[in-house]
Amino acid sequence: MSLHTLSVLVEDTPGVLARAASLFSRRGFNINSLTVGPTEYEGLSRMTIVVNCDRHPLEQVTKQLNKLVNVIKIVEMDPEASVRRELLLVKVKADQSNRSHVLETAQLFRANVVDVNPDVVVIEATGQPEKLEALIRNLEPFGIKELVKSGVVALGRGPRSITDRSLRAVERSA
Amino acid sequence: MTEQMTGAQSLIRSLEHVGVDVVFGIPGGAILPAYDPLYDSVKVRHILMRHEQGAGHAAEGYAYATGRPGVCMATSGPGATNLVTPLADAYMDSVPLVAITGQVASPAIGTDAFQEADICGITMPITKHNFLVRDPDKIASTIAEAFHIASTGRPGPVLVDIAKDALQAQTRFSWPQRLDLPGYRPVTKPHGKQVREAARMIAEAKRPVLYVGGGVFKAGASQELRVLAELTGIPVVTTLMALGTFPSSHPQNLGMPGMHGTVAAVGALQRADLIVALGARFDDRVTGKLDSFAPHAKIVHADIDPAEISKNRHADVPIVGDCREVIADLVVAVRADQAAGRQGDYAAWWDQLNRMRETYPLGYDEPGDGSLAPQYVIQRIGQIVGPEATYVAGVGQHQMWAAQFIDHQRPGSFVNSGGAGTMGFAVPAALGAKVGDPDRAIWAIDGDGCFQMTNQELATCAVEGIPIKVAVINNGNLGMVRQWQTLFYDGRYSNTNLQTAPPPETKKVRIPDFARLAEAYGCVGLRCERAEDVDATIEKAMAVDDVPVVIDFTVNHDSMVWPMVAAGVSNDNIQYARDMAPDWDDDEE
Repeated sequence: MSLHTLSVLVEDTPGVLARAASLFSRRGFNINSLTVGPTEYEGLSRMTIVVNCDRHPLEQVTKQLNKLVNVIKIVEMDPEASVRRELLLVKVKADQSNRSHVLETAQLFRANVVDVNPDVVVIEATGQPEKLEALIRNLEPFGIKELVKSGVVALGRGPRSITDRSLRAVERSA
Repeated sequence: MTEQMTGAQSLIRSLEHVGVDVVFGIPGGAILPAYDPLYDSVKVRHILMRHEQGAGHAAEGYAYATGRPGVCMATSGPGATNLVTPLADAYMDSVPLVAITGQVASPAIGTDAFQEADICGITMPITKHNFLVRDPDKIASTIAEAFHIASTGRPGPVLVDIAKDALQAQTRFSWPQRLDLPGYRPVTKPHGKQVREAARMIAEAKRPVLYVGGGVFKAGASQELRVLAELTGIPVVTTLMALGTFPSSHPQNLGMPGMHGTVAAVGALQRADLIVALGARFDDRVTGKLDSFAPHAKIVHADIDPAEISKNRHADVPIVGDCREVIADLVVAVRADQAAGRQGDYAAWWDQLNRMRETYPLGYDEPGDGSLAPQYVIQRIGQIVGPEATYVAGVGQHQMWAAQFIDHQRPGSFVNSGGAGTMGFAVPAALGAKVGDPDRAIWAIDGDGCFQMTNQELATCAVEGIPIKVAVINNGNLGMVRQWQTLFYDGRYSNTNLQTAPPPETKKVRIPDFARLAEAYGCVGLRCERAEDVDATIEKAMAVDDVPVVIDFTVNHDSMVWPMVAAGVSNDNIQYARDMAPDWDDDEE
């Protein structure tokens, strides 16, 4: 088993998220994270789905996903040839006694403090999932009160875009 | 060319535009606006069913008979949920179907309104696609898209849920010039290199088999298949969904593979060194225990649905494409190989298969108690009514016997519920097939359990003038379940006796009496309990052509379907009859 990141270009129609997400559970796949948001084209959304599975089942679920009528294109993001980022917001206990240590740790990870209270600080960090994991490990001793992650978004490196070829079809039918 | 009208009028106009001539349905609150313009339509005939499940299966039967999408219509909530079973059935067997349901008015959606159900959410996993329409301007384009999706690529059911206020609102009807489906592009043209590779493997194989599935029927590729089979000389097995696609009387046809397949068909796949799967999906009822299925075989797998390829069994040569184009291209490639002197020699393989076929033909034992053998009844129906009729089966023992003992010579001559195994399929599907193909004799071969699930549609048949024949193979039991109880549960017959044919010594009455039930529904009801009466009863039924006929064939309740591969067991352990395994004669391995 290994982690795979899929970028899925979809039509921005009601129910498309449910269609994709329910397909994973129906075919017995666990989603590590799923994000969805608008793209540079109106009417198109892009999902980034991280799954933990072997190569063969990944192919099967990709084919099943491709059969969804609202799915336009699926690309697996090669970790070497893509930029993957995640946003973390974490609320850490930080009173007089340990505040400076907390802030120092945040700085080491180039994270920002976005809210300060007498007892806690909220830290914002972006980066690869591995970096955020490391930050969380280092903050844990201080006491984590609450934590939220955005899920991974990914973009291929280099001049090409996944919308390049598939969009011609969209424009033709528009 | 636009015209002012209501959403409901736009819906009916759209159906007329795509060439729909029949809709099977039941009206109700939310769909009521659509039924008003439907009342005026001279092009679309609406057949009022007695249950929405019947409407769905009738649309399936219509689709099998015509090759065009069947259409069913229901209201919101329970009307729509009653379509769930036929939609699931059509999804499993890739039947082109368009279901149109009314939905509560847009402002009420999500409020648990009267007769509200999220039918799009419910049917998401069992439809090829579905739509919720709230905007009356989108009705025409959605209907166009729905029919396109249902009937192209791998066919399947599409549901269109239309909010009541969209049906009532004013709109301008305009038929879409282009479809807006950027994510839907089925591949039909196979890859030439893969086809040539398949041809090369065919020439090199010693023990090849053509494993033919329902996709070949759906692609209308029977003629091409015959050319390929005769050109190569390769043995053919036809799955339950492909019966008739290759004539069962053809000397190269080894019969049906799978759980109740012939010993020769199952044995051929197990011993093959090359399986060419055409429009088939390696279903568990065909493969038995998957990891011991056809252990020596390389696999060429052609299917229009890329997700089927390598789903269950790894394909050495995957070919994505429409079976008709694939087989036609394969014929060209094989001819080129043969012209270059590359041709397979399967003589030894045929010797082996012919010995298997001669030693283990399909057969059955006469019941010892003088009661009627169900296999005999079905065989005689097939022989007397003939190969030009269409036979529509339910699910269970009678279905397997109909698969085994009727000669399936014509594509589409056998209609049944394969993947989903939906009991109650036969009567409404036969109704739909008769509507789609009115000049053909349509015989439902049903079981007493199945028949009681949907026999209310006899009323539809009688009222609408749809004279189908229904042969109820009545053993008074849920026969296939009883067979499993006999074999795997020590003969403990828990809840399988239906009392439709109690043995005379019990002095119990038949509940119900099928012949009298048929009469109550305005049909002709007949009964046959003795072998010597079978032919005359069938002929009597054939002589009636104005009303439906139901025949209660009261048969032996201990008869079993053989051969059999028990569930989850290797195909190598096929039993020819109870406790009787074939002697495989594997001198060559």
